[in-house]
Amino acid sequence: MAGVSRLQYTTEARLIRVMCTGRVDLSFVLRGFSNGADGVFIGGCHPGECNYMVHGNYHALGMVHLCKRIMENIGINPERLRIAWCDAGEGIRFGRIMNEFTSKVKELGPLGQGEGMDENELKSKIEEVTKLIPYIKIAKKEKLESRLENEEDYSEFFTSEEIDTLFREVPSYYIEPDKCQACGICLRRCPVEAIVGGKNKIHVIDQEKCIKCGTCLEACPPKFGAVKKISGKPVPPPIPEEERTIDRKSKEK
Amino acid sequence: MPDPFNQDISSNKAVHIYFSQAYPLISYIDPEACLYLKEGKCGICESVCDNNAIDLNQKPEKVELKVGAILLSPGYEPFDPAVRGDYAYGTFENVVTSMDYERIICATGPYGGEILRASDNRHPHKIAWIQCVGSRQVTPGGNSYCSAVCCTYTQKQVMVTKEHDDEVECTIFHNDIRSWGKDFERFYQRAADSPGVRFIRSYVSIGKEDPKTKNVSIRYATTEEGVKEEEFDLVVLSVGLTPPAHHEGLADIYGIELNSHGFCKTNPVNPIETSRPGIFISGAFQGPIDIPESVISASGAEALCGEILDYRRGELAQKRVYPLERDTSNEEPKIGVFVCRCGANIGSVVDVPSVTDYASTLPNVVYAQEQLFSCATSYIQEIVEIIKEKGLNRLVIAACTPLNLEPTFRDALREAGINQYFLEMANIREHDSWVHSKEPEEATQKAKDLLRMSVARACHLEPLQEIELSVNKTALVIGGGIAGMTSALSIANQGHDVYLIEKAPDLGGMALRLLYSLEGLDVQDYVHDLVQKVYQHPLIHVYTDARITEATGYVGNFVTTVTSDRGLTEIQHGAAIIATGAEEYRPTEYLYGDNNKVMTYLELEEQIAKGDETLTNAETLVMIQCVGCRNEERNYCSRVCCSQAIKNALKLKEVNPDMDIYILFRDMRTYGFMEDYYREASEKDVKFIRYEPEDPPKVEAVEEGGRPVLRVTVTDPILGQRLAIDADYLALAAAVVPSSGNKEISQFFKLTLGPDGFFKEAHVKLRPVDFSTQGIFLCGMAHYPKHITESINQAYGAAGRTLTLLSHDIVTVSGAVCEVDEKKCIGCGACSSACTYGAIELREIKQGKKAVVNPVLCKGCGLCNTKCPTEAISLKHFTNEEFLSQIDEAIPKEETMQHMDMAVGHV
Repeated sequence: MAGVSRLQYTTEARLIRVMCTGRVDLSFVLRGFSNGADGVFIGGCHPGECNYMVHGNYHALGMVHLCKRIMENIGINPERLRIAWCDAGEGIRFGRIMNEFTSKVKELGPLGQGEGMDENELKSKIEEVTKLIPYIKIAKKEKLESRLENEEDYSEFFTSEEIDTLFREVPSYYIEPDKCQACGICLRRCPVEAIVGGKNKIHVIDQEKCIKCGTCLEACPPKFGAVKKISGKPVPPPIPEEERTIDRKSKEK
Repeated sequence: MPDPFNQDISSNKAVHIYFSQAYPLISYIDPEACLYLKEGKCGICESVCDNNAIDLNQKPEKVELKVGAILLSPGYEPFDPAVRGDYAYGTFENVVTSMDYERIICATGPYGGEILRASDNRHPHKIAWIQCVGSRQVTPGGNSYCSAVCCTYTQKQVMVTKEHDDEVECTIFHNDIRSWGKDFERFYQRAADSPGVRFIRSYVSIGKEDPKTKNVSIRYATTEEGVKEEEFDLVVLSVGLTPPAHHEGLADIYGIELNSHGFCKTNPVNPIETSRPGIFISGAFQGPIDIPESVISASGAEALCGEILDYRRGELAQKRVYPLERDTSNEEPKIGVFVCRCGANIGSVVDVPSVTDYASTLPNVVYAQEQLFSCATSYIQEIVEIIKEKGLNRLVIAACTPLNLEPTFRDALREAGINQYFLEMANIREHDSWVHSKEPEEATQKAKDLLRMSVARACHLEPLQEIELSVNKTALVIGGGIAGMTSALSIANQGHDVYLIEKAPDLGGMALRLLYSLEGLDVQDYVHDLVQKVYQHPLIHVYTDARITEATGYVGNFVTTVTSDRGLTEIQHGAAIIATGAEEYRPTEYLYGDNNKVMTYLELEEQIAKGDETLTNAETLVMIQCVGCRNEERNYCSRVCCSQAIKNALKLKEVNPDMDIYILFRDMRTYGFMEDYYREASEKDVKFIRYEPEDPPKVEAVEEGGRPVLRVTVTDPILGQRLAIDADYLALAAAVVPSSGNKEISQFFKLTLGPDGFFKEAHVKLRPVDFSTQGIFLCGMAHYPKHITESINQAYGAAGRTLTLLSHDIVTVSGAVCEVDEKKCIGCGACSSACTYGAIELREIKQGKKAVVNPVLCKGCGLCNTKCPTEAISLKHFTNEEFLSQIDEAIPKEETMQHMDMAVGHV
């Protein structure tokens, strides 16, 4: 309605159309900041009035509050992210919110500068977190699935301590060379092809590619139990290429 | 010339666009204002128009059409208080009508969206609304009926005023607050609870105008403070609805009858039918109704016209034939950009040539051009030609919102032999020129940014195929009350099989307990006649004692399993209508259930119909309104009870004129023409006593003079004291509560229930009989409590919507649905638990559990995408890649470059 009503509002925003706020991924928000956006705004239908049966706006609210805690954790002012509700008829409200948010962001200053952070440092921190998105989604799956009764309850839904723990406990998955039977199950199941190996070749996880989903741990036959979840400790270096071949005969002896 | 669209408050030229949201957005010449047309002078416009689009010698033409049905939708006129000089309208400058005020608060209104008053062009700080102007008045020149919409539109105006300036003090002088519609009660509470808003129940008179300030004083009276006089900066008269202009001429031309108020005289059981067969009406010609009721009647008219014209359905339709789609899978993106000036709408703010030049510098753009109106047929043709000529495989239109014109430009792509999903629109009108009209430079920069983002996205677009589904021509109607039966008959009359299922052993629903309507309709006769028609119809298959055990499928292809008196039946159907009705609340208040002289209105009606003499000979009967609703637990108005009370009171007075009848009410909500019966009851000495919810009536069973009575005590607000009434009978306006089966049905068909437990329509105003789930429609009390005629109105509406679907052989479902990359799926189930449409299933395969999407059930919201940890599930046409490309381009490259330079400098 802001458009057809010719309501004037601030020119700073660049709009991207999504079908539902529920479609806004954590990675979109982080990418915005990583590109140097000083603020990210998500606008959607009022809670309870989602166009879809899924109540996407409640999910968006959960995502935003999680994201705000993450931002806090890496030193970005969480007020740079805002979600607000406006139905199609609320042009005046939309214009007002855009103006309010823009002046808030201006008050905070340019991203990084306002936080007293070096731009490179900020960027690399965002990139680090972005890499952890799959892990965050898995670790917080149940919470992200739930829908709270009251909007207010979302603000305390995720806590700073929780995010600290989340990042402290980032796991790594490691295949113990002496246990791996090179059966290929984990290799085939890995969603990101992070496991290298082959027939009679001990499998090794490429830690750069790994998204920490834990599928390999689940897939490795219990009788082998070769995949280990490591938390808070460095991952042992991968076994050298030349030592990966399994000599079946020698083992049988 | 005064601009009639802006209530003559501001002026306009003889050549103008009717109003800024007009569709099509095209200029016309107002013959009332044009010098040439009036006096043969001027003609300048004709000579300056480069396109020779103006022909001042055009003459009206007479066209003869042969039609099988006529639908009249002439609307209404707002009441004009100037005629009688009501409330000094026309004399005092700062007295305006609600229609004037509606324009004043509008951004395209006479003051450009600023709330100003005429006398000094300054912001009013204290505004008063006076309700019922021209309505609920039997004095000459007034209208006896209630205009039904003013209470709620006033509340809306108050809220919009507060949005403009929350310091404004708003005062509403009202009679009853008639928040009878769906969600109206909550809306009223929102308005009433806003700071600085006062609702004062009082009749008022206009005092004087301050000669200096031009403020207007209003005299009113409250029980607490007596008569007061207060000054306001601006007074808004909430004017009612009157019949359309020339309604008498209209009636003559079409040979239809009008009612005593000048609105259309409709069939008492079908508000869409006029007195002349084949002529139907929709909208406020029925009487004062609001937007949802208007839209419902329009869909209903569709069903009724269809009953006459179904035999030649589709004869005038032409099928479009498109060229074969070119396979572009091996081509690099070749993007064509068209930047629309939209006349002056974009062109006068955004520097269109510079945006166009910029577009041609963007990667993958092989062609860029500006156009005057991209949506005009000739320009569309140009787009098609250029796509073919330049071998383009992507189209970017920088113009307006995709909401209106996306289908048009997709069509252009199809015409050019390119997949229609290769379209991207940059909205540089609603998101830019219209909202930054005073900042052309910034607006131009924004247009370039939006365009660059669109071009980036266009590179990632993929060709998609829409899913074509066959349509099973059968309908399922759930609920055999008046609404369900009416829908079933209309659909069956147009040649479709209808399965009508009813949970009770008999058809009829709630109407079986109603004996007569306020307007005198014999409900039993009507229902029995309807039941008979249903049973006699060869295409209607009735299942009673029925319960749904399973429902699967999707639009055009549902499969619903029902157990009933006929055993277990699997019904295949293309559409479904939810007409499950509602139930009567069983009161726990006022000794109900403890004392057999306390009953609900339905029970009272049954007793009256039986001719129970102890009842009809009773000396005193008390009725209490709002029992079980308009409270915390049920925060809605049951809508029908006020007129039910009046109906029963009048009936009892007819049998026993000496009976003392008291109606204890909060607000009498006899909206529309029902107001006349309220007045009649009052004239027949039915006593109305208003009570406040904080101080409800008290009822005790006592003995008085040796006979048992129900002693009802209530505070009389006029006398200001407690009043004790010894009643022989007490009748309770028990709330209408949602059907207990709603929850189950909503789960079977993936529908949403509102906060009060009634079904939630797709859009409260614009799609009141649709669900957001395709192929399922809604009518009757399943939607919200309503009167029989309103149920019938909506029943035809649902039938009309159903028939639109069933008359097609295929239905197309969007190609923008989710798909799963099986390799990436780890089977965590985050997607399937988020999808309440049930479109995602986890299947066990050799590689473990994998999510599988049923594209027909997927609604394209994309929530599952954000849940998926591995990006395995992806919403086509709105992929992560597409969004990220837009996000990456959102900040101008130059700046990004500078950023990068600086960053490098740091290191």
